[in-house]
Amino acid sequence: MTPILEVRDLAAGYGDFQALFGIDLRVDEQETVAVIGANGAGKTTLLHTLAGLVPATAGSARFAGEDLLAVPHHRRVGRGVALVPEGRHLFPSLTVEENLLVGAHTRRPGRWDRDRVIEVFPLIEPLMSRPADVLSGGERQAVAIGRALMANPRLLLFDEVSLGLAPVVVKGLYAALPTIIGEGTTVLIVEQDIGQALAVADRVICLLEGRISLEGTPADLERSQITAAYFGSERP
Amino acid sequence: MSWVNAVIQGVLLGGLFALFATGLSLAFGIMRFVNLAHGDLAILAAFLAVSTTAALDVNPFVTLLVIVPGFALGGYVLQRHVFNRTMGADPLPSILVTFGLGVVIQNTLLEHYSADSRGLDAGAIETRSARITDDISVGWFPLLTLGVAVVVLVALQLVFSRTRSGRAFRATADDPATARLMGIDDRSVYARIMAIAFATVALAGVFLGIRQTFGPSDGPVTLLFGFEAVVIGGLGSLWGTLLGGVILGVAQTVGNQIDVRYDLLSGTLFGHLIFLAVLAFRPQGLLGRKGRA
Repeated sequence: MTPILEVRDLAAGYGDFQALFGIDLRVDEQETVAVIGANGAGKTTLLHTLAGLVPATAGSARFAGEDLLAVPHHRRVGRGVALVPEGRHLFPSLTVEENLLVGAHTRRPGRWDRDRVIEVFPLIEPLMSRPADVLSGGERQAVAIGRALMANPRLLLFDEVSLGLAPVVVKGLYAALPTIIGEGTTVLIVEQDIGQALAVADRVICLLEGRISLEGTPADLERSQITAAYFGSERP
Repeated sequence: MSWVNAVIQGVLLGGLFALFATGLSLAFGIMRFVNLAHGDLAILAAFLAVSTTAALDVNPFVTLLVIVPGFALGGYVLQRHVFNRTMGADPLPSILVTFGLGVVIQNTLLEHYSADSRGLDAGAIETRSARITDDISVGWFPLLTLGVAVVVLVALQLVFSRTRSGRAFRATADDPATARLMGIDDRSVYARIMAIAFATVALAGVFLGIRQTFGPSDGPVTLLFGFEAVVIGGLGSLWGTLLGGVILGVAQTVGNQIDVRYDLLSGTLFGHLIFLAVLAFRPQGLLGRKGRA
């Protein structure tokens, strides 16, 4: 397997606050990697640094052989890195269809288009002409994922897909994941729901206070190991 | 019958106000940018038309072929290299910078053209009119102004609702950070919006110069009318801008009709009163959306 993303010694933060320290991460082509960790562990910062919303302060990130950190952030989606942001962030005054079309703004070629997105998320179809701000949480999340897919990404970053959604809705959204991966997309998922993360990922990375505290395949990791890495508890 | 006439003339005058207000409405609606030099830019365009007509011996309408693209380019470059640096959560830097630009334009005009009032001579179209009844006649030029305003606003509306660029503009207006995630460069969007805003204000300035005489210090009052039209119609709505311009125009002509001897009820004041009434009872404007201030 060739690595599509190679992160070395990455550091990032907001002003004086450093959120990530010396992150080393390798994601292979078509792999699904889940990043877990408590609130404030740096999961979202990691995705935001890769998507360009937060500048890296040290280290490197190579994507498909290219220095990703040198690419201005509005160009990264054109190179194939798309983010499904936490909180969906749909464009409220645009219709669902227009939100999807804006996702395709870069005109990156690939298999995903409006019809293919509807195939994967049929619940979107009757909503196409509705303004995005009248949708339910689950519908919004489906549109947000669809919008990111419209960019035909090679690497898709999911940030807290299940946050604030009913379990049955989350299940429905995750049901689309195999199709997305089947199209050859590499997926990096940030998820607070550890059960969900372990169920879908090939490999799991746990962050603790901005550092990687554990890494392994779901089959190899023991619950107690994960709990320790998650809470940082080497309590007596 | 003179009341009907006042309303008709007001609607036509509203076309000019709408043309002025378009650029303000766009800049504020899409990038929350208040351009205090907008009125001075219109006057600058009118003076440039004076010089161009004199130098090339052409009709003022012909000068639009040079002035409108020139202004669009100027707007693009100014936004890209100056205004973009003032954008942010705090509106004060942009207000100060454009206020300063307005002062510079006014004084440069005063220096170069003196304080004398000028006018643009567009020939016979200025005085021709269509007689509808004995009391009512419609001037060709005011009708043309309204027509141009409607065409400009309809064209912009189509661009905004139907094209890829238009969607990018609206997405950026909603949420610039997420728009960047979609591959939209918000700074380039802002520059293109300012280019459109400058092009429309150049058009408005030359039409103003043909309609009436103007001097280097007429910018601020022009700006005021533009702002009133935007606020009456509703921030961020292009149809609202047209409606606001027409309502302001009608308020002014009808106000003049009420009593021309009595200063307090002069048309301009009547327009201000309508503006204040809208601010008091419907602050989001007639066609504006609630909750998006």
